[in-house]
Amino acid sequence: MDTVLGGARADAAALGVIMLLVALATPGAVLAHAFPDHSDPRVGHTVEVSPSEVRIWFDGAIEPVFSSMKVEDASGKRVDRDDAHVDPSDQRLLEVSVAALAAGAYQVEWSVVARDGHRTEGKFTFRVAPH
Amino acid sequence: MRAASRGSGWLLLTVAALGVLGLASPAGAHGVVGQRFFPATLTIDDPFVADELSLPTVQSVRRKKGAESPPTWETEVEAELSKRLSRDFGISLGGTLVIEDPNSGPTIAGFDNMAVSAKYVFLQDAAHELLLSGGLEAEVGGTGQKRVDADSFSTISPQVFFGKGFGDLPDSARFLKPLALTGAFGLGFPTSEHTTTHSVEDGEISVERELNPRVLGWGFSLQYNLQYLQSYVEDVGLAAPFNRMIPIVEFAMETSVQGVSHTAGTINPGVLWFGRYVQLGLEAVVPINGNALGEARQAQVGVIGQIHFYLDDILPEVFTWTPFSGVLGPTQPR
Repeated sequence: MDTVLGGARADAAALGVIMLLVALATPGAVLAHAFPDHSDPRVGHTVEVSPSEVRIWFDGAIEPVFSSMKVEDASGKRVDRDDAHVDPSDQRLLEVSVAALAAGAYQVEWSVVARDGHRTEGKFTFRVAPH
Repeated sequence: MRAASRGSGWLLLTVAALGVLGLASPAGAHGVVGQRFFPATLTIDDPFVADELSLPTVQSVRRKKGAESPPTWETEVEAELSKRLSRDFGISLGGTLVIEDPNSGPTIAGFDNMAVSAKYVFLQDAAHELLLSGGLEAEVGGTGQKRVDADSFSTISPQVFFGKGFGDLPDSARFLKPLALTGAFGLGFPTSEHTTTHSVEDGEISVERELNPRVLGWGFSLQYNLQYLQSYVEDVGLAAPFNRMIPIVEFAMETSVQGVSHTAGTINPGVLWFGRYVQLGLEAVVPINGNALGEARQAQVGVIGQIHFYLDDILPEVFTWTPFSGVLGPTQPR
């Protein structure tokens, strides 16, 4: 018993190292419940030119039927063309087209269902500020 | 907190029946409320119910030399299985292997008492990222081994929990939005008020009667969710694995509210990382005012780590099955 269990502190340290290595080595493909990976425009950023589309790349495939997105201006008026869809060639990409956006702040609101059925939702803002 | 809460069976069944009858507001798996993800914390209980497995949680601290005992490494290896019985009601079962490894002398290892608990989520507010729940935890006396000082009596602890994300702060404080606070409070009632010990010394029988005090277990966790920052506040360009990390500080405290009042516990700064099927956590264990109540010797800084599995993601058809509510499955769109 003494020999087997005497290295308890070493075991704990080894566990910590293993956990860290697993975390660092785990590929992005198995991350999270369809959380956004990145977007265009970027979350919280300012763009100089009005985008023609707002696009969000998730970290896993999402279900087209249950996934939606809308874009509103600062007064709450919708400025997207109500054509949000999952890109058929990239099941992680949700996109919606928008009219030409004037200078100001815009809020993107999305809701998606991952392939395993978990739903996630969220919103973020970006700004348009032409020179 | 988990160490502070204990108990016995029929009260749990009553709570279980109430939960199954269900009062109900939908709660997402893993503590997802609106766009807030609450991770499982390592030392204080979570405010949500889930189908999850912590295997193992390993804590190791070194206790200083006592009057009659050498410096000792104390390691606890814990497993806990949590199961939802409805979307808002869940139960948990946990066991802990205690290993005491002194500088000199034999190592002592044995199981502490089993802990069972039930929890009901009675409020979930997506707009304010708020979760409130209540429960009952019981450490079942006699299920552990005396050689690691497992109590012979049970302790029952009514508990309340909360989780609050700060995503509703104004945009002027947007970098505080990823913050979240969770908390747990439980008052432990021992089923036996005193422990009586008989011993024979020099032919005389001596009797010691020791108070088993009621103990208030209380704790908080303060979390800063980097995924929340990236996805909802501002893309600051974090790459994997940092974009799924949650720096965290947990405060796990106990205060005896009967007999001599005393507060002790630990402050645990560390980091969590969450993926699709698993969550990893690693924290330092910094003792405050002693590491435990009673006669435990002062501990030095230790470490706690955990591997935590999201069972409902791994095999939803199996692990979200319930006897009364069918297969709960993952959260569905509204």
